Formats: sequence, structure tokens, C-alpha cells
Amino acid sequence: MNKILLIIRREYLTRVRKRSFIVMTILGPLLMAAIMIVPVYIATMTNEIKSVSVIDETGFFYGKFKDSESIKFHYLVSDIGSAKSSFTKSGDYALLYIPKTELSLPSSAILYSKSQVNMNVKSYIKNVMGKRVEELKLEAKIRDLKLSEDAKLTTDDILRSIKASVDISTIKIGDEGKEEKSYPEVSMVLGMFSGILIYFFIFLFGSQVMRGVIEEKTNRIIEVIISSVKPFQLMMGKIAGIGLVGLTQFLLWVILTGTIVTIATSSFSSKNKTGHTAEQLMKSRTNGMTAMQLPNAADSTKVTSEQTNEVIAAIESIDFPVMIGMFLFFFLFGYLLYAALFAAVGSAVDSEADTQQFMVPLTVPLILSIVMAQFVIQEPNGPVAFWFSIFPFTSPVIMMIRIPFGVPYFQIILSMTLLVAGFLGTTWMAAKIYRTGILMYGKKVTYKELWKWLKYRN
Amino acid sequence: MDLFIAKNVTKTFAQHKALDRVDINVPEGSIFGLLGPNGAGKTTFIRIVNRILAPDEGELYFRGNPMTPSDIFSIGYLPEERGLYKKMKIGEQALYLTQLKGLSRHDALTKLKYWFEKFEITSWWNRKVEELSKGMQQKVQFIVTIIHEPTMLIFDEPFSGFDPINVNLLKEEILQLQKKGSTIIFSTHNMASVEELCDNIALINNARKILEGNVWEIKKTYKTNTFEVQFSKFDGDLRTFLPSSFECLELNPVNEHLKARIRIPAEATPNDLIRQVIPHVMIHSVNEIIPSMNDIFIRTVTSQHPDPSTSSSEKI
Repeated sequence: MNKILLIIRREYLTRVRKRSFIVMTILGPLLMAAIMIVPVYIATMTNEIKSVSVIDETGFFYGKFKDSESIKFHYLVSDIGSAKSSFTKSGDYALLYIPKTELSLPSSAILYSKSQVNMNVKSYIKNVMGKRVEELKLEAKIRDLKLSEDAKLTTDDILRSIKASVDISTIKIGDEGKEEKSYPEVSMVLGMFSGILIYFFIFLFGSQVMRGVIEEKTNRIIEVIISSVKPFQLMMGKIAGIGLVGLTQFLLWVILTGTIVTIATSSFSSKNKTGHTAEQLMKSRTNGMTAMQLPNAADSTKVTSEQTNEVIAAIESIDFPVMIGMFLFFFLFGYLLYAALFAAVGSAVDSEADTQQFMVPLTVPLILSIVMAQFVIQEPNGPVAFWFSIFPFTSPVIMMIRIPFGVPYFQIILSMTLLVAGFLGTTWMAAKIYRTGILMYGKKVTYKELWKWLKYRN
Repeated sequence: MDLFIAKNVTKTFAQHKALDRVDINVPEGSIFGLLGPNGAGKTTFIRIVNRILAPDEGELYFRGNPMTPSDIFSIGYLPEERGLYKKMKIGEQALYLTQLKGLSRHDALTKLKYWFEKFEITSWWNRKVEELSKGMQQKVQFIVTIIHEPTMLIFDEPFSGFDPINVNLLKEEILQLQKKGSTIIFSTHNMASVEELCDNIALINNARKILEGNVWEIKKTYKTNTFEVQFSKFDGDLRTFLPSSFECLELNPVNEHLKARIRIPAEATPNDLIRQVIPHVMIHSVNEIIPSMNDIFIRTVTSQHPDPSTSSSEKI
């Protein structure tokens, strides 16, 4: 036991002291923080007010485009020709031209601009126009019905009342009949993020195990070591040591990213007048909510605060202890399951160039889980999700994606049990291949050969 | 008394038989040479002794008792395929390997200091392995092998990669270790060093032990009662005066003398030979030709090759 600790210590220390580890530890959080901060920063930078002139020949849209924080609309009464020529000289962002239609309701408009039009502006205009046209069509239909004066009043009411936008809140009913508001978007992002993280870590640190084994083989130190420790101890020591390196790196990333984001956020809010929004935007970003601050209708401030509340509620809806516990479990055992196999591959070859043929059965299930992730996310409780989250080779990634959506306990327990069993199985198998492989030099090993090694007695 | 006994050890890898019913006894305090051509099964045998591999059949005894896993702490092993972690510092590495042998950190440090000073390599402590030459690395490996003062030491081709000065240094150390009471198993192709160092040998060929025993005893059985006689003042045929049972194998001029190889009958003595020769020639020297280990090795191995299945191990 004491020897395993010695091995773990060496594997851990030599890796943690490496320059590449330190560089990765610093670069990772910088990159992650940059992904979160830069879009927000850009958003605050380009927060100038865009003015859009509107020529509405139909007259249907007068007063319908509402000014927001970032877009101002003003209506021109002139013909399109002169408006176009004066547009280039004006400081306007865009010119919206809605041509007159003789018989039908307008269904198209032209947006002139000096540069590529912002998606938000375009989608807002489209949205407003669409709604207005719908309204007009509805009015026309009602008019066609030729209702009495009384009924007309009610139809106006109906029209007004259907304008209210519908907000769907999803509510999850727990096992004990407890109602919980659920946030599928948050679950999606969180699940995807942790699934990809596990995938990434298994690959990164699994191949480090493999490289470590190959290093010992090519250095010819292996026999010196296994004359004093059992091959199994050396293999497990290496796997555990590198696993700890992975955990260390992960924790450092979380801490450093958090620190950088906090510092950057506070410097934003002190520097910028718009810091308030930036901070909120940042909050929604850090929690995986992609910017929802579209230049939405009239009372944007109300919307923002509502959204902030939503975000806070969404975060509060996540059961963090369970989430973190599950993450650590699937991270750890997923790594252990694969690391043993990576070690076996490393032991069977003489150099990294020869690993290719044995890597296929290891990479296929991992890549498959990432490919299946999108289907799982669409239907987190469907049969595909179920089977992939039970199978030990794909469960670390797929189960992690499912967990934020809520998974029945028996499925989690089944998946965990199978994963642990899978880990014991691969380790047993890997140990057999490993102890033969590490002493084998200059031989091109085939799958048939590996099968023979499995059957050797020591 | 035998420190280590292997009885009837058999090991098969798939279809390939690496060891076939091998018995080996290593006397306590001896230097034991394990000889054999490449691929004979020496390394497999050594790995079984080190418990890196387990035999399919057969028993191992250490100090008279069946061997247990903890016995490997009493063994020091310097493998033929040996290396060090390239990116690790020498001192750190030596300390790690020593601690793996079961020594506490403190003991390991004290002993390493002693040996580093003895081999005059203290200044390397903080250098990385990749900066050292192969010979320098071998010194570090040698230290790590013997540092826990094992009762039994196993050296697999210990001299490969050393320059003559370091070979001598190593030989000195090996003899010193023997004097201190260690038993040494020594696997090599270098027959000169076998002659020089080994008390006992075993010869393995094609997975079987074909020869085992004391070096001098083996040589005695392989000698053919042949003598080399150098003489002068004669130029004719020796056969004119030698009895017919005395066979002259060759006759060559050497400088101003003649050199003859004469095989005498088993019951005859060197004195008989001298008595026959002395009236006719002037004798400069008479030597008995003792076969070298090299000759014995080549002779036994090549005579084996035509049909290995008929050979049986002969014990002397």
C-alpha cells in the first residue's frame, strides 16, 4: 500500500511540476474567462443607439415600431428616391422601406443600410411587422363576418386580449408531488457542459496514462520498477496519480476562472455607465444563459429585471450538491474505466506511433457519446438516453447530460453500479494485458496476441 | 547450503516453451553464472526468480523455505533492459527507487549519500538523467540495485555498456559484495568474466538446463588429457619415439621452438609424457590444456542443436 502511495506521489509531482501543466492551468481559465467576458464586453462597447428611418407607404405600421435602448425609429414622409439619396449623408443606421400594396396586405419590406444589418434589428422589425399583419388580417376577417355593433366591441377586446404574449413556465412534479419550476435551457447548457468536460478530461488524462506507460517502456525502467512492485501496483499508482493531476487541474480552473470573471465583472461595473446591464448580462452568461437581451419591446428594463430574476431562480432550481457529487463520481469512474484501457494500450506498443490500431475501440464509444448528446438533450428521458446512460462506456458523458433534467433514482443507481462494475472489469483485463505487454519489446502486437495475454497465468 | 533452489520449473508462453523442467541450485555465498545462448530462457528464469513471472509448474525455495512475495526485498535485480526516467533528477530518482525497495526516506538518503560518495558522483544529484552518458546511468542503476543490501543479487549482463575502467570497478564491487556474504546470480555471454568471477554455473539451452556445477569440476570433466609441450632441438616425427597410445594432435613451429599437442591415455600421467619425451628433445614447457568456459559453452550448445529433444541435463 505504502508503495502505491510512493508511485502516486511521483506520478503526481512530476506532472504537476511540468511547464506544460502550469501553462495549461493558466491558459485554460484565461480562455474560459475570455469566452464569457469578451462577448459581454463587445456588447457594452457597441451599445450606441441605432437610428432607423422608416418610410411606410402603407400607413399600417405608423407608431408600431417602438424605440428601445439601442434602436430609435423615426418616420419620414418622403418618396423613397430622395430618402435613399439623403440616407447616405445622414448618420442613420438603416432605412426601412415598406412599399405600398394595392390589393393585399403588405408582406415585404426593404431594409437599406450602409453595412451588414444587425440580426437583432432585423428580427425585431420582422417580428413587429408580422404581428401587425396578423392583426390586420384578423380584423379583416372579423369585418367580413359583418357582426353587429355589440359584437364588434367584443372582437376589439378579443384582439386586444390576444396580443398578450404567452409565457410558458415549465413545472416539474417531483416524486413526492412537490412542484418545481424547471428551466430546460439551464439544464441543457449545464448538462452539455459537464458531459463535454468529462469527455475532454477522459481523453486528455487517459492519453497521459498511455504516454506514461510507453515512456516507462521505452526508457527501459519498467523492469527495474516491477522487480520491487507488482505491475498492478505500478499501473494503479500511475492511474491514480494522473487522476489526481486531472482533479487538481479541474479545481484550479474552476477557482481561477471564477476569480478572473469576478475581477473583470467588478472592473466593468465601476468603469462603465452601462455596467449595470453588463453585469446582468455577465451573470446570465456565467450561468450558461446566452444573451437574451434582445432589443425587446417597449419596457426593456422591466424585461431585464424579470430575466435576471428568472436566471437567479433557474440557478436556485439546480441541486448543486447532487450535481457536483454526480459530476465527481462520473468524472472519476469514467476516467478510471478508460485509464486502465489506455494503460493496456500503452503497454502493448513500443511507441506512440503504434497505438493507432488499439485506440479505435477506446475512442469510438467516447465519440459516439458526444454524437448522441444532441439526441439525448432533445429527449433526456427517451430510450436512447436511457440505454446510453446505462452502458458503462458511454454513461459518464450521457448520464452527466441527463442529470440536470432529473433522472429517476433507480436509473442513476443502475448506471453507477454498472460503471463501477465496468471499471473493475476493464482494470482486471487491462492488468493482464499490461503485465505481459510491459515486458514485450520489438514485437508488432495484434488483437489475437492480446487475447492470448489475457489467458496467461501471470 | 543452497540459498536458492528451483525445482522442475516450467514456463510456457502460448506455444513457445520458455523453460522446460529446469532445476537449479544456487549455493549460499557463491557467484553463480547463468549461461546460455540468446533466447535460451535465461531472462524468463530470472524473471521467475524475481516473481515478475509465475512458473506454470515447479517450486522455488529461498533460504530453505518456499519462496514468498516478501522475499523479493532480499533480492536485488539489475535487469538487462535497464533505464531511468529521463526527465527526472538523479537524486530524486535514486531516492524513489530506493524507497520502492522498502527503505524509509531517511535510511534511503543516508545510504545513497554513502554510495554516491563512494562512486564519486555526488555532484550529479541534481542533474537530469538525459544529461548523463549511458555508463554514468549504469552506475546509478547499480547503486539502486544493491542499496538495500540484499542477500541475493541478480545481474543480467551487468557489464554491457561499461568502459573497461568501470567494468573493473564493478567487478571489484561484486567481489566485495560476495565477501560481505551476498549470493550473486550473474547472467552473461561474456565467458572471460565467468572464468574470472563465477564459482558455479548453469547452462541453459533451448529451455532446458544442460549443464550445472562448480566451474572447476566442469572443466575437469571436459578436459581431454591433452598437453601442450614446447621444445627445441628436434626435427623429425614425434611418433618415432612416442608409444602408439600417445597421440600427437598437432605440431607447429613457434618462434624458435616447436609446439606439440599430445593426448595421453586416461591412465597415464603428465610424468609419463615427460619421461617419454625428455630423452629426445629439450623441453621448454609442459602445460595441461584445460578447456575454457568458452570452449565448453560452444561445444555443449552446438552438440545440442541437431536434436535438442534427446539431451538430458547432466549434473556433476
